[in-house]
Amino acid sequence: MHINPNNPLENSTPTPPPASPLKGREYAAASDFQPPLQGEGWGRDGLNSANGQSGIKTLHKRLFGLLVVWLSLSVTTAFATPNIQHWQSAGGTKVLFVENHDIPMLDVSVSLPAGSSFDAAEKSGVAGLTHHLLDLGAEGLSEDDIARGMADIGAQLGGSFDQDRASVSLRTLSSAAQRDKALDIMARVLQRPLFPEAILVREKTRVIAALKEAETKPESIADKAFHKAVFGMHPYALPVSGDVASVEKITVQDLSGFYRAHYRAGGAVVAIMGDITRPQAEAIAQQLTEKLPSSDAPAALPEVAMHIPASEQRIAHPASQSHILVGAPGMARNDPDYFPLYVGNHILGGGGFVSRLMNEVREKRGLAYSVYSYFMPLKQPGAFQLGLQTKKEQADEALQLVRHTLAEFIAKGPTEKELLAAKQNIIGGFPLRIDSNRKILDYLSIIGFYDLPLTYLDDFTRRVEQVNVAQVRDAFRRHIDPQAMATVIVGAPEEKSGQVK
Amino acid sequence: MRAYLFCITLLLGGVQTAAQAEVFERTLANGLKVIVKEDHRAPVVVQQIWYKAGSMDERTGVTGIAHVLEHLMFKGTHTVPAGEFSRRISAAGGRENAFTSYDYTAYFQQLHKSKLPLAMELEADRMRNLNLTAADFAREIKVVMEERRLRTDDEAHALLQEKMMATIYQQHPYRHPIIGWMSDLESLTVGDAKAWYDRWYAPNNATLVIGGDVKASEVFALAQRHYGAIPRRAMPPRRNFIEPRQAGIKRMVVKAPAELPHLVMSYHAPTLQNPAQDWQPYALQILAGVLDGNESARLNKHLVREQQVASGAGAGYDLTSRGPSLFTLEATPSEGRTVNDVEAALRGEIAQLVRDGVSEEELQRVKAQVVAGEVYKLDSLFYQAMQIGQMESIGLTHRAIPVILEKLQAVTAEQVRQAAEAILQDDSLTVAVLDPQPLSGKPKAPQGAAHAH
Repeated sequence: MHINPNNPLENSTPTPPPASPLKGREYAAASDFQPPLQGEGWGRDGLNSANGQSGIKTLHKRLFGLLVVWLSLSVTTAFATPNIQHWQSAGGTKVLFVENHDIPMLDVSVSLPAGSSFDAAEKSGVAGLTHHLLDLGAEGLSEDDIARGMADIGAQLGGSFDQDRASVSLRTLSSAAQRDKALDIMARVLQRPLFPEAILVREKTRVIAALKEAETKPESIADKAFHKAVFGMHPYALPVSGDVASVEKITVQDLSGFYRAHYRAGGAVVAIMGDITRPQAEAIAQQLTEKLPSSDAPAALPEVAMHIPASEQRIAHPASQSHILVGAPGMARNDPDYFPLYVGNHILGGGGFVSRLMNEVREKRGLAYSVYSYFMPLKQPGAFQLGLQTKKEQADEALQLVRHTLAEFIAKGPTEKELLAAKQNIIGGFPLRIDSNRKILDYLSIIGFYDLPLTYLDDFTRRVEQVNVAQVRDAFRRHIDPQAMATVIVGAPEEKSGQVK
Repeated sequence: MRAYLFCITLLLGGVQTAAQAEVFERTLANGLKVIVKEDHRAPVVVQQIWYKAGSMDERTGVTGIAHVLEHLMFKGTHTVPAGEFSRRISAAGGRENAFTSYDYTAYFQQLHKSKLPLAMELEADRMRNLNLTAADFAREIKVVMEERRLRTDDEAHALLQEKMMATIYQQHPYRHPIIGWMSDLESLTVGDAKAWYDRWYAPNNATLVIGGDVKASEVFALAQRHYGAIPRRAMPPRRNFIEPRQAGIKRMVVKAPAELPHLVMSYHAPTLQNPAQDWQPYALQILAGVLDGNESARLNKHLVREQQVASGAGAGYDLTSRGPSLFTLEATPSEGRTVNDVEAALRGEIAQLVRDGVSEEELQRVKAQVVAGEVYKLDSLFYQAMQIGQMESIGLTHRAIPVILEKLQAVTAEQVRQAAEAILQDDSLTVAVLDPQPLSGKPKAPQGAAHAH
């Protein structure tokens, strides 16, 4: 799929004809790699897209890192939340819809439990390529028909892909002429993909080129080693786009088999936001899913082993900086400790400029431009990760500081003052989380996909408000053992570079 | 008050929308221009302040100072201690950041609409009262150096870009990177930061853009209260650099750790000077769209899908900037192909363009995206405010925005062909090549040699 590069929770910048990728690079004071100010987690990129490489951009989505958080201010203001309509289609697909006529446009996404964690290790990359090839040929439509058909009406077909989820999304003008044409193409892409042999051969070559490129990038090397160390044999360890050896083996049969098994009507979630009526939304949900395969649900994922042995890998790299990752399995999306961990992490390393890690590492000592921590809440516990980049000579100093900051946070928890500040930011910032159609669409999708209650938004501020210091400390202690963490340093200081310690 | 109403519906031929773009402006007595974009969809507000001072205003030897000062603007004032700005914005539920470009420096906060007075109070305070200390400077310059290592020194494509700009421009300050040369960062002092701040941070060198669920009249009153007392200051004259005409093709190679080679072709190109009169910049913008504006555009279709000479290809052009512009084409060769192959393929596309022009169908497709993009942009308040701030900061006004939209719609196929013929000339071309180096530092097999699968 062609991927929408916008972080769904960031401000989308739909620039009319594209600006030059090479002009006007801008530098921000805070990280562009902004820690999860907006959501509880953010994406890891299997194939890091680097900047402006127009090359392989279609492959570079991965996680949409958002993972919603909802609040409504209990004490001061009650913020209006969108009215979510919800139903199930005849084929068992879950549908969430918000009607809004402010802008003459429509956003739709269809999500399926067909992410990279459903790959077999020896065929790692099948899930990603299945998703990638959906819009490169469908019944009655060549890849160029699909691309031209969408472009002719100014519609945008996009998608996202991560360990859990494969999504296809559409943004179109809502007038019938554009809408109907766009939905017709989307329906065929989702339900009648062809996986043409010649296109698979071509795209495999492109994926392999991108994987080889990624293998030279410190951030990609670190990410891959980190997930291996944290998840071991669990499929969350698999690189989301596969690796060179496994992708080479992938056949058309692998893709069509994966498609039949995982693109099931019963597992699909349709999110719809915008300028249409309820009857129209019902018809659209039907049109997009009625012809999906009706296969049985696949076996559930194995459990993530929560306790891992402490490890430290130092991987040589010629970069001037060391890329450091520290972490362990964290929490699942439905963890009862979700709120204490989310709020706690905001204080530790998720709250941007005012977080402890940012304060210790950047503000006080100038050791890094970007430093963060996050939980990636997935179906199963995703990673809890701390990361930073710093020049080689001071990598060990920075690593000790990060470890010390984490250990102290886990031992003592946050202060009352820190907790209050975090709550003020999360609750007070609630309206910014739902101030655009794009953001609301993404929330609908997450609520549906992870079976969150429909009242999730309405409840959220209260849940945040209720978190206390003891809960944060207890939840962190139960989930994170600072003595049992995986550490990866790519571009490690010269004298110590080598292999696994 | 000078108010003006720009109704997107007019441009879209009767499409009705509740999110009409209402823009109001007023200039305070001290020269601060305040522009308000009302948008009542959500109870939020964005404040952006844009200073007409970017890296292009720097002098040799102090490159990077615009961006360093941007970092230091978060370090505190005489009444708001270091770190307190961010703490107060955070406690108000806000998000904040800043960015520096060649042309300008801008700061922003996004918050609930009730918090606009707080954001204004803090932003106005640091326009005049920044407390620059040697200790803060010493720490922050280290952060900036880390930023440079992360985003340029260790990023092959960014390095290629930086060195290419230094090759393309002989005199114009666009030849210096926004983040600054490392040796300049190493020698900058707090005095340089102070001088930069005193020279450029004044109300008469800034544009304040407020967007969101606000009333323009109330915003103007608020702006007057918080910013109105800051005195206007004399601005130093700006040097207007005219880049000497390039007299022949330039070629360059950058070696850096990477797997894939990459090639960029950059042609000098004009920018928009008179939005109502010009035609060539619009034609170039449409041309970029024909080449790379959508998945079915020429470069992707021809080079990546059909010829399979490239694993990726792109084109780009900025029609608005303070300085000169570039029209760029770029591509990554696919496995077994070389940078020479992709250059030949890109030149083939240019030759075809100049010979046969573009089809009416392609033209309409790009225009359809321009029209749709104008609707989609209504979903992002931040982007709309940003567009206004950019236009004001580069010397056009926000009134040019609807004009540009209209003029893009009016571009003809023949204009696109003529613009391609006029601009895509070898004598004003720079070809930059990334020559990928193995991580081990050992030499690689010669380019184009067969790779084992």
